[in-house]
Amino acid sequence: MAFPTRGQTRYVAGAMIELRDIHHRFGDRIILDSVDLTIVERRVAIIGSNGSGKSTLVRLLNGLLVPHRGTVRVDGMDTRGEAKAIRRKVGFVFQDPDAQIVMPLVDEDIAFGLKNLKLSKDEIARKVEDVLSRYGLEHLRYQATHTLSAGEKQLLALSSVLVMEPDYVVFDEPMTLLDLRNKKMMATVLATLPQVAIVVTHDLDMLSGFDRVLVMDSGRIVMDGPPATAIPHYVGMMS
Amino acid sequence: MTFALYIARDTPLHRIPPAAKLLALVVAGIGVFLIPDPLWLLPLLAAIAVLFVVAQVPLGATARQLKPVAFLLVIIFLAHGAFTSWTLGVLVVLRFLLLLMMALLVSFTTRVSDMIETIETVLRPLANIGLNPAKVSLALSLALRFIPILAEMTHEIREAQRARGLDRNIIAIAVPLLVRTLRLANTLTEAIEARGWDPDPPARIRR
Repeated sequence: MAFPTRGQTRYVAGAMIELRDIHHRFGDRIILDSVDLTIVERRVAIIGSNGSGKSTLVRLLNGLLVPHRGTVRVDGMDTRGEAKAIRRKVGFVFQDPDAQIVMPLVDEDIAFGLKNLKLSKDEIARKVEDVLSRYGLEHLRYQATHTLSAGEKQLLALSSVLVMEPDYVVFDEPMTLLDLRNKKMMATVLATLPQVAIVVTHDLDMLSGFDRVLVMDSGRIVMDGPPATAIPHYVGMMS
Repeated sequence: MTFALYIARDTPLHRIPPAAKLLALVVAGIGVFLIPDPLWLLPLLAAIAVLFVVAQVPLGATARQLKPVAFLLVIIFLAHGAFTSWTLGVLVVLRFLLLLMMALLVSFTTRVSDMIETIETVLRPLANIGLNPAKVSLALSLALRFIPILAEMTHEIREAQRARGLDRNIIAIAVPLLVRTLRLANTLTEAIEARGWDPDPPARIRR
């Protein structure tokens, strides 16, 4: 797949997520405060301190949360009402792989999402094989998921999402629980994804190849730019 | 600790449809309790042993599963011997052993997902009285998936509390375990939703 480029920034043709005038609260606490955002770039990172609203923001992108005010559109579809179709488009990888691996065996877990898409058995088997070999997990096919190493678990969690062939993949702190070697492995996988990736992270090292970095603070996007300007801004904020 | 006992092989026993195996297990399980004489149970035990060989189940895997139960069987045997008769003791122990071996054989040769799918199919008529088979089958899978995880979490918390001398304090273990379990459940719900699970009728169509 080729990525059209405009200057240095890479885009995936036709892909767009739009957030308009988003307000969200839990009880009395304001989590997101008038957020306006259009995502068309291929690699977008969201950074910010704990509790700044990053996780809530990304949960809006596939309709896991619906904002109290404002609209979220993915390729023109509103997450309010079209969540089902949007979840096919937007995959979600969570921080803790243990909390997102649903099935007892590796291949069953990869098949879980495909069954939800109501694909035929043959098609499911083919796609599972595909993704197992693409990520080098063939030898773990029949293994009990809880016996995998942390890196293998995160790779499985990612494979189980990618097998559904989403157009966008959201990562909520995908590296936090991984050691250095597995972080590198995840970074490599991430770099080669043809999809739009939106990554919440505290790991500033991995952001150099990103097209756009959003810095959040108290429910607002306070900085929006390429890594070269956004990261120093964030570091300045934190010191 | 694991409930995923399945051993991938290509044997006649692996190829039998899971529904047939589960039905056979139920019938044989009842049958074992209708046979009154231990002598008749011995050939059955031999037959099951042959099936283990046919299914290419490694001896070690079987031994690992039987070991924890062996102690219980000895106690049952001794109790019967002391209070009723040794013959009855043999009969009861043989029945349990047979039942266990048959259940193990099914577990070794049948994938959990196939078993659960079978159960889901069997439950489908109950959808009319408000039971959702898709939900039942997901609950079964999740139980199998998370029992070992909860065991691990308990172990971790106990270690952490041991450092503070609280590893025998039930509240010091139960409360963090509960908090972590609820947090895990929360993310799990999101993950299941994010992967497009949809339990609502019309029930899943299999093509």
